[in-house]
Amino acid sequence: MAGRTLYDKLFDEHVVATPPGEPTLLYVDLHLVHEVTSPQAFDGLRLNGRRVRRPDRTLATADHNVPTDPPSVPVADPVSRRQLEVLEENCAEFGVTLFPRGDANQGIVHVIGPELGASQPGMTIVCGDSHTSTHGALGALAFGIGTSEVEHVLATQTLPQQRARTMAVTVEGRLAPGVSAKDLVLAIIGRLGTGGGAGHVIEYRGEAIRALSMEGRMTVCNMSIEAGARAGLIAVDETTIEYLRGRPGVPAGAAFDEAATRWRTYVSDEDADFDVEVVIDAAALSPRVTWGTNPAQVVPLDGVVPSPEDAHSPEERDAIERALAYMDLTPGTPLREVGVDVVFIGSCTNSRLEDLRAAAAVARGRSVAAGVRALVVPGSHRVKAAAEAEGLDRVFAAAGFEWREPGCSMCLGMNPDQLRPGQRCASTSNRNFEGRQGRGGRTHLVSPAVAAATAIAGRFAAPAEVAP
Amino acid sequence: MRPVRVVEGRAVPLGRSDVDTDQIIPSEWLKRVERTGFGRGLFSEWRDDPDFVLNRPEHAGATILLGAERFGTGSSREHAVWALLDYGFEAVVASSFGDIFANNAGKQGLVIVRLEPAALAELVALVADEPARHVVIDVERLVVEVPGAGWHHAFDLDPMTRERLLQGWDDIGLSLRHEAEITAYEARHTGETPVARLAAR
Repeated sequence: MAGRTLYDKLFDEHVVATPPGEPTLLYVDLHLVHEVTSPQAFDGLRLNGRRVRRPDRTLATADHNVPTDPPSVPVADPVSRRQLEVLEENCAEFGVTLFPRGDANQGIVHVIGPELGASQPGMTIVCGDSHTSTHGALGALAFGIGTSEVEHVLATQTLPQQRARTMAVTVEGRLAPGVSAKDLVLAIIGRLGTGGGAGHVIEYRGEAIRALSMEGRMTVCNMSIEAGARAGLIAVDETTIEYLRGRPGVPAGAAFDEAATRWRTYVSDEDADFDVEVVIDAAALSPRVTWGTNPAQVVPLDGVVPSPEDAHSPEERDAIERALAYMDLTPGTPLREVGVDVVFIGSCTNSRLEDLRAAAAVARGRSVAAGVRALVVPGSHRVKAAAEAEGLDRVFAAAGFEWREPGCSMCLGMNPDQLRPGQRCASTSNRNFEGRQGRGGRTHLVSPAVAAATAIAGRFAAPAEVAP
Repeated sequence: MRPVRVVEGRAVPLGRSDVDTDQIIPSEWLKRVERTGFGRGLFSEWRDDPDFVLNRPEHAGATILLGAERFGTGSSREHAVWALLDYGFEAVVASSFGDIFANNAGKQGLVIVRLEPAALAELVALVADEPARHVVIDVERLVVEVPGAGWHHAFDLDPMTRERLLQGWDDIGLSLRHEAEITAYEARHTGETPVARLAAR
């Protein structure tokens, strides 16, 4: 009998019930909650006289709506303010631990889960947010859910789930210097397409994945959903264990060693079979930029804007034409000749300390191009404090970048950080959908280093191209 | 959830692939704490265009939306399903769907019909040819029909989703039948949780 994949192990360990003819009932170890997808779920509990079954497995923070001004500045938008207040009221009423705006532990939900040690190997983790796949970097089964499911988990601490198919994405060899986890995942999405991972859980493996830091692994798992996969996974290794050591939610001393021994079992067996296997050559990759309106519409930074003539089907041709029109781009234009108005460094994809270090290394001693607005939004207060302790805030400020407070910010523009119609943005976020960063805004997804270089050049650029 | 046996009415072809949930309902609408009223935000970035297909009089009152490939990808926002239902749609037909969107739809009684691209193209052509045609989606028999044109095509739905639609079952109620098993599982997995550790600090 073939061995089991990591996904199978995680699934099997959390089976509560297997009612005949129905999906398996899976236990949820950690439920992360934020202000946008939870109010209607708490309302549902109230209507039905239900409580939160396990407040000690539920953790809330405010991230999507929060302005990135200092916490002393009131939330100007009354609708956003109300949503943040409702989260506080609901958490107080139902006994849920909340890190609100301004709290030292507050931040983007997918940044604080791992950094606080709340997300751990072997767990099932859900959140009303599709980028919950981020936590799979720790060897946890983590996926996004809708509000009905949020209510379901609050009430029962379980979810009915069908077993997914498994896909192995093996990244062989090493990434070249200057090629980041973001470039890698954009290349993977370009290869799989926006629907290639649908119905699957992806396990990322191979030498290049093992060589990534935990933060890089989170960037890769984060964007699994952009290839259609609800979850991404990376097996536990010593990088995982060392990342977790000393984090506040993790036990210390002998209890840590005991936990680590158990965590090391969260790997696929060597003889495990995957339903689909994809192999990527890391050494062949270079920095990537998206040109279109979905994350699979991506080319090398060295490349040119594609043409409808490149399409393989009438539908693809139509999609390319639509994207070119929305993005106001001409086929054949080198990406390096495309100028930008705004640069956004942040989001659950790329707002961790290493991301900020990579951007600061490019910004140091240089200046943002005239007419470009550049924002740096740390993923959490802990990230912000750590970056400030290294002086990164001063590097960014000296170069003309805005250094802001933590939150989702311009990734989806629910707070005041939005593009104006027609503005073009180099963004380290995860979605270049029409209107995502503000109505009529044009988003190009890039790595933190390319974003910083682009801010300085005023057009898409690699770090090596920008002179001090 | 109200039971759904048959959806019948006019259909409207959207004519685009990769319609993500940001397009179905933009994020500015997600600040609301209510579950109703999202129909006004449906496709709001496209609705200003008088030629946008939902604005065309021949498709007024349609209850069935015809998508293309990968309808409802992206964000997990259930608001996308609430917006479609609130606007008046009762079913979406496409050749593939975002996983989370399809899951959310099932919880709210929005019927999701997957048709292979060739069959979908036939259906779209029939509706484009005569927008007033009635389309029937029979959840019990798992078939899409255009009675006026003698056209029909079978579709698949997992048995549990079909049964939930037909019975109008509430998922939480279904899961709570397993209260004893949940309690037993929890009894095997005790100890301080990370959240409890964080809350105690």
